[in-house]
Amino acid sequence: MNKKALMAVGPIIVFLVLIVFFWVALKNDPKKLNSNLIDKQVPAFELPALQNPEQLFTEESLPKELFLMNIWGSWCGPCHIEHPYLMKYSGKYEIPIVGVNYKDETIDGLTFIKEKGNPYHMIIADQQGTLGIDLGVYGAPETFIVDKNGTIRFRYVGVIDDRVWSTKLLPIMEQIKGSEIKPVTVESKGQ
Amino acid sequence: MKNIFSILMFLMSAQVLAVIETYEFETQAQEQLYTEIIHELRCPKCQNQTIAESNAGLSEDLRFIVYQKVMDGESKRSILRYMQERYGDFVLYDPPVKPANYFLWFAPLIVFVIILVIVLAKVGRRKVTPEE
Repeated sequence: MNKKALMAVGPIIVFLVLIVFFWVALKNDPKKLNSNLIDKQVPAFELPALQNPEQLFTEESLPKELFLMNIWGSWCGPCHIEHPYLMKYSGKYEIPIVGVNYKDETIDGLTFIKEKGNPYHMIIADQQGTLGIDLGVYGAPETFIVDKNGTIRFRYVGVIDDRVWSTKLLPIMEQIKGSEIKPVTVESKGQ
Repeated sequence: MKNIFSILMFLMSAQVLAVIETYEFETQAQEQLYTEIIHELRCPKCQNQTIAESNAGLSEDLRFIVYQKVMDGESKRSILRYMQERYGDFVLYDPPVKPANYFLWFAPLIVFVIILVIVLAKVGRRKVTPEE
């Protein structure tokens, strides 16, 4: 290639490389940190139930099947948006949702559930945020997919809505389970 | 009158400063270690602040954990590892050199080398063909 051609083509190539580079960088949301916990066990904990401080939950209390672990708090705006979706899925699918009431006042957490319904299989009260820190949680809502052996398989940061559910969570859960997850319309849960 | 007012202002500002938690240390080494560590951990909630600078609730919690661990006599390394296990390399302002971080570490060097090559090529060419 002669010098003139190189002078002409060079900047174009540099430009194209930069386009690709910035394109990739734009798609990568710096706010979504990767979890270091993927493929690790749910960390050990011993925390009270939100509805009953006498009752203590540990990692042994978690469901022995595929479940979701949802970190929420009444103080968290996006959790209010997410909540109706959780209600919908908890009634529609046989996938237990374990709630972690993160850094919340007991009374506020209870009021939230009472007013908006309870989509949770069980609710762990993490007032000090210790379980949250062990999970590497840096905000709410966050949702973990945990398999039947108690291994964390996926972490989703942000609000779950229909799009996230059908394009992300459901396919991943089906892949982990190795079978299709069909909606069941027996009777809706909730209190 | 003016003096009283400035003294009052001073006292009030001292009050405000006192909102930031003060931990009691047994030795100066502990305090130094604590300060050093909180200035090396990035707040996971914020984008570019250390947990020492950030007012986020999470930073507060993490500072408390660092404090507890310093008081328990844990080493800086083990405290940083504890944080890294939970929040990944992101929390470290001095990330480890490993494949995922190669770009971070070597991009400036690569850019430098590219510029160097271009400059050398230009200067070299000028010498060879001065009439151009």
